Parts: sequence; C-alpha cells; structure tokens
Amino acid sequence: MTAALTLARREIVRFLRQPSRVVGAIAPPLLMWLLIGSGFRGSFRAPGEAAGGYVAYFYPGTVVLVILFASIFATISVIEDRREGFLQAVLVAPVAPHQIVLGKVLGGAVLGLLQGGVLLLFVPVLGLPWSARDLLFTVGVLALLSLSLTALGFSFAWSLESTQGFHAVMNLFLIPMWLLSGAFFPVHGAPLWMRLVMAINPLTYGVAALRRTLTPEGAAGAPGMGVALALTAGFAVVMLLVATAVVAARPGGPSRRRGRKP
Amino acid sequence: MVGEAAPAVEAEGLTLSYGERKALDGVSLRVPRGEIFALLGPNGGGKTTLFRILSTSLPPDSGSLRIDGLDAARERREVRRRLGVVFQAPSLDRKLSVLENLSCQGRLYGLSGREIASRSRELLEALRLSDRASDLVETLSGGLARRAEIAKALLHRPPVLLLDEPSTGLDPGARKDLRELLARLSGEGTAVLLTTHLFEEAEAADRIGLLDHGRLVGLGTPAELKSAVGGDVIAVATSGPEEAAALAREVRERFGADAGKVGSVDASVRLERKEAHAFVPRLVEAFPGRFRSLTIGEPTLEDAFVDLTGHGFREREEIHW
Repeated sequence: MTAALTLARREIVRFLRQPSRVVGAIAPPLLMWLLIGSGFRGSFRAPGEAAGGYVAYFYPGTVVLVILFASIFATISVIEDRREGFLQAVLVAPVAPHQIVLGKVLGGAVLGLLQGGVLLLFVPVLGLPWSARDLLFTVGVLALLSLSLTALGFSFAWSLESTQGFHAVMNLFLIPMWLLSGAFFPVHGAPLWMRLVMAINPLTYGVAALRRTLTPEGAAGAPGMGVALALTAGFAVVMLLVATAVVAARPGGPSRRRGRKP
Repeated sequence: MVGEAAPAVEAEGLTLSYGERKALDGVSLRVPRGEIFALLGPNGGGKTTLFRILSTSLPPDSGSLRIDGLDAARERREVRRRLGVVFQAPSLDRKLSVLENLSCQGRLYGLSGREIASRSRELLEALRLSDRASDLVETLSGGLARRAEIAKALLHRPPVLLLDEPSTGLDPGARKDLRELLARLSGEGTAVLLTTHLFEEAEAADRIGLLDHGRLVGLGTPAELKSAVGGDVIAVATSGPEEAAALAREVRERFGADAGKVGSVDASVRLERKEAHAFVPRLVEAFPGRFRSLTIGEPTLEDAFVDLTGHGFREREEIHW
C-alpha cells in the first residue's frame, strides 16, 4: 500500500505545483454551466422547476463534468509520465501492477473530488436543499464517481502513446457518455434508442444519485436511489479491475509492444 | 544457490526479436560482484535491448537471466530489489525536488522514512548535490540531474548497478567524477554493468563485451581484446574508398604475407603487423604520393572491434580484407 500512497501523493503534489491545471479543470465547466444554464432558462422547462430553473437542473451534471475533466487531466499524466521518463523507473521498481493503478487512480480521484468539492460551494447560493447528511452523501457519491472515471481514463491512457490520442477518446467517448447521463437533459423526454443508451451508461446512475440528493425536483424519471448507488459503486469496482487488467496485460504500455512471430 | 558463489549477473542465451528483426541473438555473460563490465557496441547493436532485459523492463523471448542467483522471470520482485537502474532518458519527476524524488523512490523500494533520510543525505553528499537537495529537478543542469538520477538508483543499496549510456550529456569533468564513483562502488563490491558506444569509457572497465548485430562478438579485458589484434595497426588515409581498395590490393601483391593482414575500410587502408615501425619506411617508399596520411599505433579497442566484426564501428563501413 505504501507504493500506491506514494504515487498518489506525488500526483497531488504535482497538481498543486501546476496552477494552470487547477484553473483548466474548474473554469470551463463552470462557464458552461452559467452560460448554458442561463441561456436555456426561458426556453427549457426542467421537470419540477421549483427552485433555480435550468441553472439548478444543470447543476449536478456540471459537478459531474468537473469531475470528468479532473479525471481526464489526471490520467493524461500517465502519458506524460511515460514520455518524461518517470514511469520507466516505476516499472522496474519492486511494485505490483495493481499498486501502480491504485496510486495513479487514488491520486486522480482525490484531485477530482477536490475540484468537484469546490462546486459544492454553490449549493447554498442556488438555494438547494442542504443538510449535513446530504453533503456527506454527495461527497461519497462524488468520491465513487471520481474513482470510476479516473480508472476509466487510466485504462485508455495506459495504452496510448500521445495526449492527442487521448483527446480523441475524450471527444468520442467520454463527453458523449456525459451528455447521455441525464446531466444535460432528463431521460424521460429522450427518444427510445437514447433512453436505452442512457440506461446502460453507468454514469447515468451517478448523476441520478446526485440529482436525487441535490435537486430532487428534477429527478423525475431518473433511476431510484438504491439502484443508482449500487450501480455507481459497482462501476467504480469494475473500472478499477479493468485498469489493473490493462496494466497486467501490457506491463510496458504502448511502446514496449512488439511483433512476435506467429 | 543464493550466496557469495552466485555471480551478480548471469545471462544465458538471451534472445529477442522485434517482429522479423533479431535484436539479440543468444547473448550469454557473467558479471561477478565488484566488477565493472562495459557493453560496447555501435548504435543498433543490441545494447539497449539487452539493457532493457537486464533491467527487467522487457522479458526475453528465450534464455534466462539470474541476478544474485535469483531467476528474473520467477522471482521478479526480489530481483528488482537488487537492481539499481540508471536509464539513458531521465526518470526524475521534474516537478518534484531532488529530495522528494529520492523519497518517492525509497518508498517504492520499501525503505523506511529514516533509512531514506540518512541514505539521501549520504548520497547527496557523495555526489555533491547537498546544496541543491530542495530544488526542483527542472531547475537543475543536465549534469546535476544526471547525478541526481544516479543517487536515485543507488538509494536502496543495490548489489547490481545498471547504467545505460551513463555519460551522455556529461562534460569531461563530470565523466571523470562518474568514473571515480563507479570505481568506488565496485571497490565496495557492487557489480556495475554499463552500456556505451565510447571506446574511452569502455577502456576504464574491468571487462568488456563487444556487441554487434545482437551477438556478443568479443569478451575480455581491454588488454585481452586488443592483444587479439595481430600486432600493431597501420592506418593509411587515401583519397577515397575505391583508391583504398585498389591500394590494399597493390600492397598485398607487392609484399605478400610480409605486409601482415591488409584490408580497406572506407577511405583508408589498414594493416595489422608485428613490428610495424620497421615496415612503414618500405611501405611509404613503395607507393609515393598515394597516402594522405599514415598513422601507426598499438591496437585500440576500435581495432579490436573492426578485427572481430569485419566492419567499422561507425556507419556501415565494411572492411575488405
């Protein structure tokens, strides 16, 4: 465990020494939230519509987006570590692959949680229901989401040679995954095929859990709390296992791949 | 068979292919404790591939590797604890300080906080880095970063130290420091195995393995390798490769066996002959005006390499005997 904690701590120290990353992870979703939320205010009728309108409806999704961005930036660092050479030394150290995964993912998840946590400061401003229990619960869900998304990003990043490749993954996979999670628009108004995609999208359940706590009025049609929690936790466990399997299958990452004679 | 008797490094028949290309072809070598062993060869000769296998970054297709008597495939974790690895490319985290890098490394190798602190102090002192201990690595010069890199590899007191082209980017002073450090380590019983394409660096080693096209073509002390060359070496520079080949032919015709071993590499003619100094006047008189320059000397490692491989060390200089 020492090795994992060491790598996680390094991740956090590095992050804090690069302020541009902090701004880069929090500012864009925040801006998006305010612009889109305000712009749709008149034309979009969020279900329930009690407090805050679309700005409030869009809020849980924005928190998830911040976490998604944070996880992406955190896992891109795998590619940087490889390019800058740090990883080559870790890979010959007497450390098991799952320790490397755990170190990277824990570090990234803490960063995601911190950045998502910054957004929780807006809860009172929005006049959303607020209790210590809700807050604790929200932080728990955010932690699970951070773990899952960082592990997901890590699984992609491990086998990629360049950060450009990662941007393709992000635009083609991660952003659509977020768009179709109920973060942006509710499930029940969507066409059938989209509802199906949303139902198998694991992120849907994390967003639902947050929405049921933070903006229960907008939660109509979203999965119930029990299911949402179970699947969100399951998502985290599965992604950690996948990330470990990816490292075990390809201990050297992309560059050590070599053709073998059949 | 762990113990004093086991060599620090014992490789048997290491082979590795990248697709069709055989990068390593049955390399076997043993390095005892306390020895400085240089893997010398041209770029593309297989040094880096061998280094990656020795450092456990890459498993070989076939062959075995034992470190300190432990099998690298079966007891990887224990083997890794015994290896200190200095890569050619930097492996320090540039956003961390020197001390933070060492601490991170120490934790990965399972050292306690106290061990890390005392060992770091000791190493930074020895490598004259103490005053930069708290500086971020990105603020260090290339030479200083290299020293920090070596400190990192030595932190857990590995009995075997592997270095890939360690003098890359070092100025002459720093190279000398490095040589002294390696000598000190080997004196303490550490086996030091380094790759290099520099003859002068290999010259300082106890033994050298010459690596060419993935094969170990020569193995011995620098003196042994050089003495395998038949006598002194005369090198005659001519106007071009064709002229060199023609001249070599003429020398052979004219002097026969008396000229010793005659060949041409690129634009020069090479003769290996005992008592070369006595032969030079006859050679010069026989071919007036055909030489751009002539050098005579005891065989160098480069001569040994040319002799063993039949081609020059740089580029694709084929030698024509």
